[in-house]
Amino acid sequence: MSETGKPISRIDGRMKVSGKATYAAEFNQPNMAYAFPVRASIAKGKIASINDDIIRKEAGVIAVISYKNAYKLKPLDMQAQMKAGAGFLGENLPPLQDNTVHYPGQFVAVIVAETYEQARAAAYKLQVKYIADKAAVDLKTELPKSTKPKMFMGEEAQVNEGKAAGPLAASAKKVDHTYSTPVEHHHPMEPHATVAVWEGTDKLTLYDATQGVGLTSAIAAYFFGLKQENVRVMAPFVGGGFGSKGLWLHTLLVAMAAKAANRPVKLALTRQMMQTNVGHRAATIQRVGVGTDAGGQLNVLRHHTNTYNNLTQFFEPSGKQTLVLYKARLREVTYNVAHLDRSTPTFMRAPGETPGTFALECAMDEMAYQLKMDPVEFRIKNHTTKDPVKGHDFSSEFLVDCYRTGAKRFGWASRSIEPRQKRQGKYLVGYGMATATYPGGRSAASVKVLMNNKGDVTVMTASIDIGTGTYTVLAQTAADALGIPVEKIDVKIGDSSLPPAPLAGGSQTTASIHPAALDACVLLRKELISMAIADPGSKLNGSKPDDIDFANGKLFVKGNKDKSDTYLDILNRAKRNEIEACATTLPVSGAGLTVPSALCTPSQTPAEQNSDIKQYAFHSFGAQFAEVWVDEDLGTIRVKRVTSVQDVGRIMNEKTARSQIIGGVIFGIGAALMEATEYDKRWGNPVTRTLADYHVPVHLDVPPIDVHFIGKPDPHISPIGARGIGEIGITGVSAAIANAVFNATGKRLRDLPLTPEKFFES
Amino acid sequence: MEEQPLFSDLSEAERKALEELMPDEMGEIMSSGIKRRHFLKLFAVTGTSLLAANLLGIEQLMARSIPIEEQPPVLIENGINVSFQVNGSTQKLMVDSRMTLLDTLRERLGLTGSKKGCDHGQCGACTVIVDDKRVLSCLTLAATCEDKKVTTIEGLATGNELHPMQTSFIKHDGFQCGYCTPGQICSAVALMGEAKNGDASYVTANVREKKKAVELSNEEIRERMSGNICRCGAYPNIVSAIREVHGDKAVAQVWQFAEGTI
Repeated sequence: MSETGKPISRIDGRMKVSGKATYAAEFNQPNMAYAFPVRASIAKGKIASINDDIIRKEAGVIAVISYKNAYKLKPLDMQAQMKAGAGFLGENLPPLQDNTVHYPGQFVAVIVAETYEQARAAAYKLQVKYIADKAAVDLKTELPKSTKPKMFMGEEAQVNEGKAAGPLAASAKKVDHTYSTPVEHHHPMEPHATVAVWEGTDKLTLYDATQGVGLTSAIAAYFFGLKQENVRVMAPFVGGGFGSKGLWLHTLLVAMAAKAANRPVKLALTRQMMQTNVGHRAATIQRVGVGTDAGGQLNVLRHHTNTYNNLTQFFEPSGKQTLVLYKARLREVTYNVAHLDRSTPTFMRAPGETPGTFALECAMDEMAYQLKMDPVEFRIKNHTTKDPVKGHDFSSEFLVDCYRTGAKRFGWASRSIEPRQKRQGKYLVGYGMATATYPGGRSAASVKVLMNNKGDVTVMTASIDIGTGTYTVLAQTAADALGIPVEKIDVKIGDSSLPPAPLAGGSQTTASIHPAALDACVLLRKELISMAIADPGSKLNGSKPDDIDFANGKLFVKGNKDKSDTYLDILNRAKRNEIEACATTLPVSGAGLTVPSALCTPSQTPAEQNSDIKQYAFHSFGAQFAEVWVDEDLGTIRVKRVTSVQDVGRIMNEKTARSQIIGGVIFGIGAALMEATEYDKRWGNPVTRTLADYHVPVHLDVPPIDVHFIGKPDPHISPIGARGIGEIGITGVSAAIANAVFNATGKRLRDLPLTPEKFFES
Repeated sequence: MEEQPLFSDLSEAERKALEELMPDEMGEIMSSGIKRRHFLKLFAVTGTSLLAANLLGIEQLMARSIPIEEQPPVLIENGINVSFQVNGSTQKLMVDSRMTLLDTLRERLGLTGSKKGCDHGQCGACTVIVDDKRVLSCLTLAATCEDKKVTTIEGLATGNELHPMQTSFIKHDGFQCGYCTPGQICSAVALMGEAKNGDASYVTANVREKKKAVELSNEEIRERMSGNICRCGAYPNIVSAIREVHGDKAVAQVWQFAEGTI
């Protein structure tokens, strides 16, 4: 039986449950010192003075580093950085290079001391005086000065601008409302941390909490003017990322500190720094218009997003799903982006779709209610089987099955279109649903496979497991491709010196590295076959390669299992200790976010099976169903159960896949009901500074979650057939919950999170 | 002069291994005393390390790293001498008075299984068991641990055999990134004791009526585990894992494809 798809337990599980999985901050080094950063207490302005001389005399202090004495990094140069694969710096602000402050919490100094306690105490004592300028700290105030960006990540940012107003006004039925979403923070359980170790002046090792070892190595190499192969980044285990663990400034800061101290240095961010120094999801104010004819056929969709950025070109792309879902004659998707003196917004789990599906899918629900149509039927009526903008067929799409299966499993039929029809004691009960979607990305990747003469196989690639199950599913793929048990396979990832793989982001790891792993195993098998055929001592001697099959650690002649030879015998007779094979797979759609230097020969996969975006549109789809209980006296909303049906291509491991979707849904429950970072409107600093103020879901907030997969392989993304699964689980969840609140109470809540005071305001 | 018991930081299994491997030298060793790092060195130089590893179980040997230095590397301000048991072995060290139990475990004793998630007692990743109760080690100063018995995630397994809670977490996929996991598991293990004692919780129906033992419903488990945050969202799987250990019978794993699609 095939290993792929089986719900096997994680192969790294034993290490994780026994405390032996080692995360970045745990790579303690001999003679290591500790760094603690100092953050700006103003939003905008200049540093006037720093009392660093006094602090240098504090017990244990080794160095006080600020713009006055910091190592000079290579300056920003986007073209040169892109060429070096070093474009994706979290914020375009190499640390401590001048005395300018761009946001509250920016690193302005770093203390290095013998112990953590000493570094922290000295950092608190460091006095930095500023000359403050007037700062832009509030989105609504700054919107009049916003601009309309032309591009977002290589795609047109303003689609059909101004064209929807007429058709919307002329539609028989229309919905036109404003929806808003707050700042959210990723808050992975492991705070970012880096241990920096220099070897001389030209070799650097970083133990780093990162989603991309290759990316981190390229960026660090660029700014320190080193060869990329001389910057080794290690991240065997990473405690969650959700988009926050690209390269942020602390990683450069600690390498600068280690250089200054001439010792290995560790820097672990505090939970407070996680709110200011490693990105966030920007707030959005979205206006969505939906127009249909009298029968509920969509004429027009309009989705305008107001948001902000700082120090990068990134902004929250919350119109993305509106370019993919539903058949409509016209759609307009546009953005206005203001500048705020706030820490830099970045990618966070389903960037764009998370706030975007809230707005679009609530508006769709509002329209269904206006039409007195069932929201599932309204969506099916307007379903599209083609990319509605580019016109390509979807590579594989079972969205209608998701709706139908979800409705059945959830018991949707018992829902009344009219609100306030169901009660449980003092609670009003409501059902809501929404569509989920996320693009099916794929990047170039290289994977090396090594087999030794004991029959052990090692699969190696510079990918990362941030909790996603990469270790486990890679072993499953290799087990199938070589016909050996999973237990015989060791997976080595999280090391930039391994063959390059994309960063663990954008739901693309599985889609990218598995085709390469498969190819590498095929190459390895081919070599074993050639060795056996050429070997007079083999029963396969003289056979044709095409006549040979494999299973259970053996090669055999098809139809004649007695004519066989084991991998071990083949290797031992040839006196080979080990053999290896390396494969690079390069999708037609391009290298993507991968480090461009492919190590191995690219394979020749036909375009039809190789992510050709000129032929097909690659997207995953799903349907989210939620039941809520609302206490009208207190304004509290509880999610009682969720059904999530997902069409994400082939499932590599039913157990870890289900866990990823559950995790996404829980992230969505957090976004719907509790998560928000609030900023002081005078000074611009976050006032929700800890996990006591920034609420994320805990055990008691989480209901039973029923996950189902369509499980049909995508024949066009790759020969493996899997699309990514990390992000789609969160999309649509907050809309399904808000729609359920309407069904329960008749109240439309259009401003996330749905906290009690908003229930009473509406 | 402080008095140091012989074999102060050797575990039971390690002492046994020593006896079995070097019966002749035991007398001498007994009289001179041996510390764990000597023990490990001994095994390395005598080439018996593999044998020892098999005997002890690699897991256990690797679980406890060798302290690099006995003495703190630098002059410690407001140093406080403290002695407490960690996973069965006595630790004597001088700590900075500001040093938390969590940082002591991670930075001084090489026990990095306990995690720092927030350092404010808000996330539960640092949960360890102190004298049979779950404790947030980031809110516990090491200096307050004199004579206490600390169990960390590294101390739950017996040799190669995982604690049933650890096994159940693997089976039910009660984690993804694994960072909150040691805290979740320590919390869950201590929770069993609280249930046995009949300790009430927020969702206990009648707190006045103290029962002998609390039956842990899903609701009870969820409430009692709410101090341990998991951002990956493994909560339903964690509840299944705990239920299985508590109920002593297998809990079905829930995963399936939509009907008729495969």
